[in-house]
Amino acid sequence: MPSFPRILLGLFCLLVAVLLLAPTLVVIPMSFNGNKSLAFPPVGFSWQWYGNFFSNPDWTTSFTNSLIVALIVAVVATVVGTLAAFGVTRAAARTGGLLRALLITPMVVPGVVLAIGIYAVYLDTHLVGTVTGFVLAHTMLAIPFVLIAVQASLEVFDRRLETAASSLGAGRLTVFRTVTLPLILPGILSGALFAFITSFDEIIVALFITSPYLKTLPVQIYSSITRDADPTVAAVGTLLFLATSLIIIAGLLFGMRRGRT
Amino acid sequence: MTATSDLTTGAERPAFLSRFRPRGAVWLAAPAVLVLVVALAYPLAIVVVRSFTDPVPGIDNYIWFFQSAVNRTVLQRTFVVAAWVTLVSLICAYPYAYAMTIVGKNVRLVLILCVLVPFWLSGVVRTLAWVILLQDSGVINSFLRGLGLSPVKLIRTPPGVIIGMTQVLLPFMILPIYSVMKGIDTRLLQAARSLGAKPWRAFLQIYVPLSLPGVYAGAIIVFILSLGFYITPALLGGPRSILLSSLVQNQVLSLLNWGRGGAMGVVLLVATFVLLAIAAPLMRQKHTSTRREA
Repeated sequence: MPSFPRILLGLFCLLVAVLLLAPTLVVIPMSFNGNKSLAFPPVGFSWQWYGNFFSNPDWTTSFTNSLIVALIVAVVATVVGTLAAFGVTRAAARTGGLLRALLITPMVVPGVVLAIGIYAVYLDTHLVGTVTGFVLAHTMLAIPFVLIAVQASLEVFDRRLETAASSLGAGRLTVFRTVTLPLILPGILSGALFAFITSFDEIIVALFITSPYLKTLPVQIYSSITRDADPTVAAVGTLLFLATSLIIIAGLLFGMRRGRT
Repeated sequence: MTATSDLTTGAERPAFLSRFRPRGAVWLAAPAVLVLVVALAYPLAIVVVRSFTDPVPGIDNYIWFFQSAVNRTVLQRTFVVAAWVTLVSLICAYPYAYAMTIVGKNVRLVLILCVLVPFWLSGVVRTLAWVILLQDSGVINSFLRGLGLSPVKLIRTPPGVIIGMTQVLLPFMILPIYSVMKGIDTRLLQAARSLGAKPWRAFLQIYVPLSLPGVYAGAIIVFILSLGFYITPALLGGPRSILLSSLVQNQVLSLLNWGRGGAMGVVLLVATFVLLAIAAPLMRQKHTSTRREA
């Protein structure tokens, strides 16, 4: 029989969990709304908003744009961020610490301040509404996440394995490819996932550097919300939620299997 | 996230390993630094320069900013809202993180999932969900009416903005607190009790002080992120709950006044970095205290 404070604590945690999950619990049912309104609880049932997402060019184009930008960002930020993680971990302690503090500043700079600065630069260099512009800004925002993820892997990586491999005659590249890389791969992959999501979900800078010719999905969602009450937004939210859940659960299962063998 | 990895960064490596540290490893970070210079430092420098030169050189934009009553109100409100979000997050997060340390493995997994699942929903969509929940005919007000209570005005008010922002930022409070609490040796509490301390006294005098580094880390992250929030206040707030970020956006995009918008941005930027500088020693304390306990 749990004590009274324990019951109180349990109830409190339930409340906090409801607060955390509330938006998800609202968005999923709304995406099946029978009427063209963003009401909760929804009225009737239909798949039409999912159909609309796949057939309306506004939605499909912005989705494709986001996918292209986020994939390039995931590749570039992962390579650049992983190199930086090596630099930070293997430089002298003081230099490494300073470098790390510098490289994670994008996480704390207020989004709007950054956005107006980037917008000013892009207006001068004609990068507004270009894939290059989006990739550059999003890569900068994604580097901290890759750095943190890869650095965490490098901290627990035993450097003596590298020493052992090179003492047996392996060159530096071979050591990296056959010893270091496989062992820190989970960190690199989760860094790549973070980078992808950072870019795919980024809205503040995107709102400034977007153009009628190049809209990303969050910009399309934002303009749809401010324009009318179109439940397609809820359908998009649900689809993205499902996709993210599947990728992360797959990653966890993969990690668990790796851990066991 | 930052706070937990900070703990390991300081870990001493065996001395013989440092001999194998290749020279010039630091250059591996050059591409990342280059991206940061081009896409972060240069744009921010432009903002600073324009705040002093647009339309005429001088500090006119700053004088305008601090002389306008509207701006001062919004600046003050931005800090007050950030403080409320930090406080409400802390009140929600502390017991939650504590519960995570005392439950069994399966319940803990559920509690961790509840913290992570919000991240899987797109940020803009999440704010939309709060618009639906908080509106006058929304779920919360229907619930209150069902209980026979009078409905509350939430949408377009500061409390509505605070609720929405708390939900987004709560994980940033829970995770650092949990990562510190996880490492607290609960035998210290038993020792205190065996020496005659009442359970509450032992908790307040032993457990709470040991958990403070996590609280500081979480509080500073949440406060700083709150200061720069833009989308949530823009969609959930009304004219009387506008925050500094929206004013910056308005000056630049609607009024094309780069100088004034820049000056506001610089104020926000300076506030952020001053807070970080003040908080850095508090976070550093963590290393020494954990090492002493270890």
